[in-house]
Amino acid sequence: MKPHSFEYLRPASIEETVACLARHSEDARIIAGGLSLVAMMNFRLVETKFLVDVANIKALNYIRVDADHIEVGAATTQAQLLAWPELASLSPLLAKGMPFIGHFQTRARGTVGGSIAHSDPSSELPLCLITLGGSVMLRSKAGSREVTAEDFQVGLMQTSRRPDEMVVAVRFPIRKKGAGYSFLEMAMRKGDLAICAVAAEVRDGSIRLGVGGVADKPAVREWKDLGDAALDEALNEFAWDLGGSDDVHATATFRRQLIRRLGRRAILEARECRN
Amino acid sequence: MKHEVHVGKHVGRPMERVEDAQLLAGQALFCGDMPERDGTLQAAILRSPHAHAEILSIDTSEALLQPGVEAILTGKEIKEDSDPFLIVLRQPMDQWSLATDRVRFVGEAVAVVVAKDRYLAEDALDYIKVVYKPLPIALHPLEAAKDGAPLVHPAVGSNVVSTRHFSYGEPDKAFAEADRVVELTIDYPRNSQTPLEGYVVLADYRREEQVYDVQSNFQGPFTVHPVMSKALRVKGPQLRMRSPAFSGGGFGVKQAMFPYVVLMCIASRRVGRPVKWVEDRLEHLTAAIAAPNRIIRGQAAVMNDGKVIGFRFEQLDDYGAYLRPPMPGPLYRQHGIMTGGYDVKHMTITNRLVMTNKTPSGMVRGFGGPQIYYAIERLMQTVAVELGMDHLDLIRKNLIPAGSFPYRAAAGALIDSGDYQMALEIATRDGKLDELKGRREKARAEGRLYGIGYAVVVEPAQSNMGYLSTINTVEERHKAGPKGGNVAYCTVNVDALGGVSLTADSLPQGQGHATVLSQIVADELGIEPHDIVCNMERDTQRDPWSIATGNYSSRFSSATAPAARLAARKIRAKMAKIAAHFLKVSPDKIDFSEGKIFAIEDPQKTLRFSRVAGTAHWSPGELPPDMEPGMCEIGVWSAPELEPPNDADQINTSLTYGFVFDYCGVEIDRDTGEVNIDRYVTMHDSGKLLNPLLADGQVYGGFAWGVGAALREEFVYGEDGSFLSGTFADYLCPTACEVPEPLILHMESPSPFTPLGAKGIAEGNVMSTPVCIANAVADATGIRDLRLPLTPAKVAALIQGQEPARPKGNQATPPMELSDRGIRGQGTAFVAAAPELVWQTLVDPDQLARVIPGCHKMELVGPGSYRAEMSLGVGIVRGRFEARVSLTDLNPPKSAVISGSLEGPLGSSSGSGNVRLVAVEGGTRISYDYGFDISGKVAAVGGRMLDGAARVLMSQFFQRLGSLTEGPGKISAAPPSWWQRLLKLLGIAR
Amino acid sequence: MSQLNNDGRSSVSFILNGNPVTGYAEPRMLLTDFLREEMGLTEIHVGCEHGVCGACTIRMDGLPARACLTFAIQAEGHRIDTVQSLAQPSGVLSDLQLAFRKHHALQCGYCTPGILMSSSAFLEINHDPSEEEVRDMLSGHLCRCTGYVGMVRAILEVARNRISA
Repeated sequence: MKPHSFEYLRPASIEETVACLARHSEDARIIAGGLSLVAMMNFRLVETKFLVDVANIKALNYIRVDADHIEVGAATTQAQLLAWPELASLSPLLAKGMPFIGHFQTRARGTVGGSIAHSDPSSELPLCLITLGGSVMLRSKAGSREVTAEDFQVGLMQTSRRPDEMVVAVRFPIRKKGAGYSFLEMAMRKGDLAICAVAAEVRDGSIRLGVGGVADKPAVREWKDLGDAALDEALNEFAWDLGGSDDVHATATFRRQLIRRLGRRAILEARECRN
Repeated sequence: MKHEVHVGKHVGRPMERVEDAQLLAGQALFCGDMPERDGTLQAAILRSPHAHAEILSIDTSEALLQPGVEAILTGKEIKEDSDPFLIVLRQPMDQWSLATDRVRFVGEAVAVVVAKDRYLAEDALDYIKVVYKPLPIALHPLEAAKDGAPLVHPAVGSNVVSTRHFSYGEPDKAFAEADRVVELTIDYPRNSQTPLEGYVVLADYRREEQVYDVQSNFQGPFTVHPVMSKALRVKGPQLRMRSPAFSGGGFGVKQAMFPYVVLMCIASRRVGRPVKWVEDRLEHLTAAIAAPNRIIRGQAAVMNDGKVIGFRFEQLDDYGAYLRPPMPGPLYRQHGIMTGGYDVKHMTITNRLVMTNKTPSGMVRGFGGPQIYYAIERLMQTVAVELGMDHLDLIRKNLIPAGSFPYRAAAGALIDSGDYQMALEIATRDGKLDELKGRREKARAEGRLYGIGYAVVVEPAQSNMGYLSTINTVEERHKAGPKGGNVAYCTVNVDALGGVSLTADSLPQGQGHATVLSQIVADELGIEPHDIVCNMERDTQRDPWSIATGNYSSRFSSATAPAARLAARKIRAKMAKIAAHFLKVSPDKIDFSEGKIFAIEDPQKTLRFSRVAGTAHWSPGELPPDMEPGMCEIGVWSAPELEPPNDADQINTSLTYGFVFDYCGVEIDRDTGEVNIDRYVTMHDSGKLLNPLLADGQVYGGFAWGVGAALREEFVYGEDGSFLSGTFADYLCPTACEVPEPLILHMESPSPFTPLGAKGIAEGNVMSTPVCIANAVADATGIRDLRLPLTPAKVAALIQGQEPARPKGNQATPPMELSDRGIRGQGTAFVAAAPELVWQTLVDPDQLARVIPGCHKMELVGPGSYRAEMSLGVGIVRGRFEARVSLTDLNPPKSAVISGSLEGPLGSSSGSGNVRLVAVEGGTRISYDYGFDISGKVAAVGGRMLDGAARVLMSQFFQRLGSLTEGPGKISAAPPSWWQRLLKLLGIAR
Repeated sequence: MSQLNNDGRSSVSFILNGNPVTGYAEPRMLLTDFLREEMGLTEIHVGCEHGVCGACTIRMDGLPARACLTFAIQAEGHRIDTVQSLAQPSGVLSDLQLAFRKHHALQCGYCTPGILMSSSAFLEINHDPSEEEVRDMLSGHLCRCTGYVGMVRAILEVARNRISA
């Protein structure tokens, strides 16, 4: 299990990186933590001509708060964000969801931007981002643009990022007033990718539920506040809409059941912890 | 029962390990760390993506041109240089170290590249072109055993390559007299304890000596040494097998590396240089070995009071594609003790051995025990349920009575010692069973799913090397001569300054043998364990070894440990004699303590240990008359109780039999189906514990694997024979969060058959824990048919009932359940062009090439038949494939069938799809369905993505089709499906 | 911008167990192979090469990292520590190593160097962990021999002893 050959590039800045991407386009892959990428390269599932290492670009490593967002530089590690003292108060959903990402060891290297760019349908960060209605900051030689999470991930490990663009930051909306949050996940073992993960944001008069691990990308549904029976119906509808598929670990039926049952648990829990 | 029990100053105490400092400092040398000769080359192996296929051709020419490549071997070279491996049965099922004419499982070695480094060797693999002709497969043991099933080894004429019936006592009478017969069929899955270090082989052919010098982490038994030397066409001493002192886990699995030893030997001879191969994780999971999956139909003849008077077992054991010696060991290792812990005199056993297109089965910790105890103990729990009896009461009713040891079990096991009733008493008392029952009551009152399970296991240790001959008929055995015993060696050496060192034949894989051996020898010689140097390396050219040498069947405590004591006692006797000679006392009045040898009756008369040892070296003339000079002794041990099978087919399969009684409470999450172990109690009677710290370590480790086997671990195959568990994210070894800490309890009924009174302890929990947990789940849910592993999805399906119906009007794409054949899907697409135009695109090779995602080149090779080179991928994943596509059943411009296959380094695939075109307003509605199998690397490592990837590729195909027929810039990313358009027209779409 | 070509090896310099080292690596060479083959550090054990088993875990700038998911060239300019960094130069084992021995936290010892590296990093961040937190940290490693019991005990004991010291 050894990777193919490639050329290694270590740009010193975002500008150098996007210049690099402009030149090599689809022949280049960005590496930051490398946790998903290198594993796939070792299996030779990924072959790339150029590997562009952005892990050491300081300008990609920051956590900033503005009026209503937490903006996280793409190369900020998951461990850095999780250890950020403001996290629990400004984003209870991230504080609850991020401990499910891999392990102590992988979060130390894995980056926030890497997870978003990789867009695994079972990953926690894309699920949190879409549930919160966040966005992704992209940069190319031509300029910058902001894409909503909804528009960013278009399918299975597929995003609307163009080959000459890089993810430079991820913007998570800060907690909404009066909202309660919950994140629940069923994985085969601690730290494994989700069989089904649910993220809930409950406010007076509204429920937002995101589901990961079932469809080709995380999906969100928003309802007006629902009574018990209506909630079950809504979750059932959502479950059938997403469908899901079978794999070696779990069936589609099981995944749909988890949407109904974990979804319900999460909504009730989020409702409880509204402030 | 009372026995002389050897309790020493060190033996029996929880001493810290002498091995640990090196390991903790990172200085221990494992096989892959051993120095290599300059010029050593590295090997990489090309493996079959097919479960069953004929090899039509192998073209290595391009691969040979790749940088750094020194040689490539295929089955042709292997047949030239070696003979097929000997197997246990007389059946025409030849096997070599590389596939020759056909491949029989996914992962079978097809070619080996020898290159300057592993990176370059793997690069070259991609350039080897193999043309396969896929064949029908035999996958499920029951299907494979049927007449007319595709044959794995056609020359045998059947996939069932051995059938034997056994009858003990008067089973027919027992079943006729029984009040009822309870029956249960179990289907035990494939799994393995998967050591963290894979196989390592460093082979060096010494041409002038004509010796294959092999360093490997092979763990024995050395019964396969003659198998290897015969395959290599050399005499035993010409195959020098060396194993280092440290090995990264074995669990039996490292027995099965012998075909690779032969392969690398041949490679080394061909290239004239040492060749090293390090198995990687994908190779290990795919192709190393699995414990055989087994179907057992069990019947119990039961009286209404709960007494079981007879058993019938029909076993169908699945050995995968090849029967590699010492297979089918797992089917017979347990044979003498098939009645478990119960006093049942009447039994029949039918053993059938079936071959399938899966990875060959092999030795894995437990070695047949987990399978059979799953059958026995699930059956007993079922009996209790059917009788309306408490499960524990039923167990008590049937246990072998105290005071009847040594006890001859129906099929021949001579159970050495024990007191099973007392074990249950201690376990229920100290493990607080009553409290656990209270927890169950409370949980159930609250509406939670909670159950308690029990399991009783008799744990065999030190295999009788003759047990496998039970597979032969009495007549065949008479002809071949009797086989039995199990010879163990240990050598103790004392140097001129009194330094003590020893070597032994146990090939440890982490158990701490050196520690226990040093404890044993220290006690005999009156020195400290840390003063003894244990060299645990083994070298067949230098060290004494036997076919029994190795690390398997919990052999250490009852084989190598006694040999060590014998060796140390010989040294002690000799030194006592020398000391007596000098001190002028009788040798039986001499004792050893704290590095001194002294007269018991006059401790003033003392000699230093080193002085006595020195005499044997420096002045042999001073020794007592008739004494051999030197101070090195070999202990050789084989227990007389290990007799060959008798003419009634009774066999004492092992030397010692420990007792394990487990119980646990589990709670099942109704929402997620997760089985949470609330408390686990495991009671062991393993005779005398030589080192309780290490004994507990074996229990904790066996338990952890038992939990894995019960809840998560399985090698999964697709219906096309593709292997789907190729990563540690798919083959799910439990982590610290999934393994709770069990309560371990001990009692000691020393074995009368081993000098130290010790038995085995390492395998009990891998037999007891899976079924104990399953019994608890059965108790919690009332469900009888439970197949391991009890994954959340499986348990949820059992307890959650029918899933809520699809809401009326919900029109989302019907979900694709993993069907009985590969990946299936269907969909519709809309293209804003007339059907005729779409049709032209589909049938024109140039146009079609532009539509198929990643297609570089497409050429017509026959009517409606194309060959294409393509680079397929989703997201960042991408692989090169050669495709063969054909269009059939053409009905222009309405429908066609597209079928084809793909081959590439990532795997192979074949499938077909139907395309239908219907003219609708503004264009064409295309509906399609597809089904395909995918096998090889991408299936093994990317399973969870395949279904989604297929959808992505389909949608790319139709997008491109749309773009091509409509012209650029006019595609919509998500073409509206016809019903969405319809709903929109009607004004009811969202 | 630094660029390394795929044809041939380039120099890599970093601080290894406190000492500056330089070696040569092709861009695709994994840090596991580099440390084992170029630096001779055979305590780097390779268990899965896809980041799950944790046997190859090292510390990179103090934080745990999977050496099998890191290219050697990515170590350029960083600090890399292996299990050799734990014992005193005289060879006296650290409190963590001694606790592992005391509690029989290792059997074959193949996973041990990686687990020691994670645990040492973990204890620097979390001085007073609960058993649950220790198990959560250990879930980034696979051990097939021990059932983890000894490790959990050892790590908790070291934390307690360091607090009371």
